[in-house]
Amino acid sequence: MAAKTLIIDGKQVSAENHTTILQAATDNGIAIPTLCHLEGVYDVGACRLCIVEVKGTAKLLPACTTRIYEGMEVTTDSERLRKYRRMTLELLFAERNHICAVCVANGHCELQALAYGLGMDHVRYDYCNPAWAVDASHRFMGMDHNRCILCTRCVRVCWHIEGAGTKNVAGRGTKSRIISDLNEPWGDSTTCTSCGKCVLACPTGALFHKGDTAGESVRDRSKLGFIVNAREKQQWTV
Amino acid sequence: MDRIKVATVWLGGCAGCHMSFLDLDEFLIDLAGRIELVYSPIADVKEYPEGVDLCLIEGAVCNEDNLELLHKVRARTKVLVSFGDCAVTCNVTSLRNYLGAANVDQILQRAYIEAADTNPVKPGLEGIVPRLLPKVRPVHDVVPVEHFLPGCPPSAPRIKAFFSNLLDHTPALSGAQLKFG
Repeated sequence: MAAKTLIIDGKQVSAENHTTILQAATDNGIAIPTLCHLEGVYDVGACRLCIVEVKGTAKLLPACTTRIYEGMEVTTDSERLRKYRRMTLELLFAERNHICAVCVANGHCELQALAYGLGMDHVRYDYCNPAWAVDASHRFMGMDHNRCILCTRCVRVCWHIEGAGTKNVAGRGTKSRIISDLNEPWGDSTTCTSCGKCVLACPTGALFHKGDTAGESVRDRSKLGFIVNAREKQQWTV
Repeated sequence: MDRIKVATVWLGGCAGCHMSFLDLDEFLIDLAGRIELVYSPIADVKEYPEGVDLCLIEGAVCNEDNLELLHKVRARTKVLVSFGDCAVTCNVTSLRNYLGAANVDQILQRAYIEAADTNPVKPGLEGIVPRLLPKVRPVHDVVPVEHFLPGCPPSAPRIKAFFSNLLDHTPALSGAQLKFG
């Protein structure tokens, strides 16, 4: 496999051809904030939290879906990047009803952790306060659209790890939403295997196990990467 | 050194942030030597005074009284602090916002008529019970705010860190001290 050399934050690193900026940075101990990225499934660049500056390009590029090239110069942290990352987070909080105090994921939420990690002490935009429902029709699990950030982690684990293809995205713009099968109540789904991988993958409290109350949804997302690793590389022990 | 004049006000919230403030325990004694509490729901003062240095604001702007008091507080205070999630994000008090334009009638109907065991009547007495605003708003959406102290409630150690930093003129909190919820 051919290797490429590039510079990330002034540090010379090398990585295999076709590697993403995020992978190359992670392998070299450089942390980039991510939200829709999940070990075990492919990346889609949905959340824009991992945006980086690449020399010679005016646009900010998502590290998770941008491939490296020879001589690439990447900056993963700057005043400009922090400004846009914080703006993105504030817009995510303003778009739906994220009420941390009464959320199942409070204290274990990736959105919340990113917010305080990036110093977001308040949201400068008007809250949209949209009217979203909760789908509690499934026997064991629930979907609270109020907490959904449309990262599509649940869709990707459902299709590409479980292979069930229950979860999908419907609608456009702010009306976009996660659906089950052809927009049916989750409990009526004929394809859902009730495996719970979607709940495990969810970064917020949008997908939850019934019975969890505020702050009780603690999830070990590394199990997903473990399953994929075991399946693809036949490595069953850590 | 003159003690700084501190006020606390209670808008649309549950008083939990004030409870958390009282959880400062013995630090309250240290604080008493450095601040003068000039207005607060836990002090018997009728009118918000002029020339206040710092005001902690608990709660979101939910009704006409909240709005009137907040404008008075802004005009008479140097530094405002949004104190707790309701002030910063509206938190639970904003749950009526998503009901849309008719939310005020709907929630009063639900709470005082449909859920009443005896004597169902809406609190509509003009000039006695303040009217609810059409939409619950965070404090910084109504007046400029200098500092934010999120949390539901902010824990006593975080309030202590905030006060200690502020009295030493380094008010910024960071990391998990900024956690909502």
